Amino acid sequence: MTLRRRIGATIPYVLLILSVVPIVVGYFWLVLSSFSTTTEGLKPVGGLTLENWSFLREPPFGRGYPSIWRVTLNTFVVALSMTIAVVLVSALAGYALSRLNFPGRKQFLSLTLILHAFPSVTLLIGIYFVLRALQLYNTVLGVGLVMIGFELPFGVWLMKGFFDNVSWDMERAALIDGASRFRVWWQIILPTIKPGIAALAIFAFISGWNAWLIPRTFTIGAGQQATLAVYLQNFMGDTVAVQWGAVTAVGLFQLIPVAIFFIFTQDLLLSIYAGGAKGGV
Amino acid sequence: MRVELENLTKRWGNVVGADHIDLDIDDGEFVAFLGPSGCGKTTTLLMVAGIYKPTEGLIRFDGQVVNQVAPKDRNVGMVFQSYALYPHMTVFQNISYPLKLKKVPKDEMRKRTQRVADMMSIGHLMDRKPAQLSGGQQQRVALGRALVKEPALLLFDEPLSNLDARLRLSMRSEIKRLQIDLGITSIYVTHDQVEAMTMADRIAVMKDGKLQAYATPEELYDQPRTLFVAGFIGNPPMNFLEVEVTREDGDHHARREGFDVIVPLDRGAKTAGRGTVILGIRPEDITLADEGISGEIYVVEPLGRDDLLDVRIGGASIHVLADPTLGLKIGDAVRLNFNTHKVQFFDPQTEMSLLWTD
Repeated sequence: MTLRRRIGATIPYVLLILSVVPIVVGYFWLVLSSFSTTTEGLKPVGGLTLENWSFLREPPFGRGYPSIWRVTLNTFVVALSMTIAVVLVSALAGYALSRLNFPGRKQFLSLTLILHAFPSVTLLIGIYFVLRALQLYNTVLGVGLVMIGFELPFGVWLMKGFFDNVSWDMERAALIDGASRFRVWWQIILPTIKPGIAALAIFAFISGWNAWLIPRTFTIGAGQQATLAVYLQNFMGDTVAVQWGAVTAVGLFQLIPVAIFFIFTQDLLLSIYAGGAKGGV
Repeated sequence: MRVELENLTKRWGNVVGADHIDLDIDDGEFVAFLGPSGCGKTTTLLMVAGIYKPTEGLIRFDGQVVNQVAPKDRNVGMVFQSYALYPHMTVFQNISYPLKLKKVPKDEMRKRTQRVADMMSIGHLMDRKPAQLSGGQQQRVALGRALVKEPALLLFDEPLSNLDARLRLSMRSEIKRLQIDLGITSIYVTHDQVEAMTMADRIAVMKDGKLQAYATPEELYDQPRTLFVAGFIGNPPMNFLEVEVTREDGDHHARREGFDVIVPLDRGAKTAGRGTVILGIRPEDITLADEGISGEIYVVEPLGRDDLLDVRIGGASIHVLADPTLGLKIGDAVRLNFNTHKVQFFDPQTEMSLLWTD
């Protein structure tokens, strides 16, 4: 290999490494800080400690507050039920909107698009009163329902796009082969849009897991119904000094499932983005 | 199975897909629906399959009206142009899918699937996925899937259009042979008139949703009932000339500028005195001769076995087939002899044949 070619092959790596450095440094600081009393830049001051991770053993804000495990369970319930509900409803609604001709189809499509584009912040007060009336305020169920509602328009459109790209001939072939409409959907169409379903499931899970605005608004502070993002915020209260060590530790804790999730699904996600046009979002 | 279409119509709002189609197909017959794209042939086929609901009219299988019968209960098999294989299933799962839905016992399912696959010469590919097969192999899987449930009616929607020319030729004869051996009533949609002519017992020519003609290939070729059918069937296509037919001294002359031929009595008598009519004659019915109509060669297109000549007569252009060994060149003067026993005449307004319609 000539020197020229060697340099040519090296340049992309140098550029990639340079652009990744700030991100890696950020993560490095995050990990380091969670095991340090305090840090100055990237230097731990006052030695290393496990004190920041004490929230794993006991509630950090005293007896009345929930343990991290309770909060993790809440978050998990919200994220998982959101994933299941969004995928199920979107896959059915998307199919209907893509394939069936029913009265009001066009209007329904425009409506979901408007809802998708609607700034959710403006709905918060209205939803607050609705949840109060339904006695769902400050419950995991209430938070879950609202989150599902906000996620559905996006999910339905995404799924409709994927269904639009499945050939009619395949569906006709299955109908002629002897399948019912529902069986065609379940056995023929869904398996062919698996990447789309996986993408939607991942989006739904992560947005449920990371959600802050809606859980923060419709639950009381760091109560028994809190989710991780809300819980994390309590370490940055107005009245006490921010314990950065604890914040980074809880932040890392929240990050773990998402990171694991990404490690296992990155191939799939990449294939979706690579085939971008195929998704037809 | 006998298939009857009666007044069959499909409309979407103002768009007409199929327009009052009347057609009978006998048991075991191979019928081709032939026409340019958008002529309604696939629409009609999908109504027969039960995918589209007719707006008007009836579909009968063996005398029974099946308009309301679901596709899965019609006992039809269908092959699509896009193959429409299930990409996530293996060849075995694809072919056996109709049997699985019929809840055929496992052992029998395996046997029947293997038999059909062997018949299609894809028995060794059972564990492959469709993406790992060539186009021809995929089409065989699709054919196997249509055949495995032993349907009473086979539907083909341009099944060979996505194959290369050589493969198309061999699949063509294979499908024809298969249909004769199995004796399954078949409808074959195509825009390729050679496919229709070579495979079908009868051809339904369609245009703009309407049935133009329904006859045997020979009849369509020799006795076309409309100008469209005459121009669509046959390759290279029929020549058309505007002429006037007059009777002089007992002979019927078809005349135009630089053109004068005597046509046989039976054909001439039906056209004389009608003013301008359209004369049609196929390139193979015109020969080069020492005397006859004179013209000049405008273009020579070598086809291999023949040369296709574009000859200018007066203001008109005529296609003629000639022997390549003659070495004809652009600009050469030639004389043409017309086999007037094969000429066709059409009304320029209605575009209907003056010979074969009453």
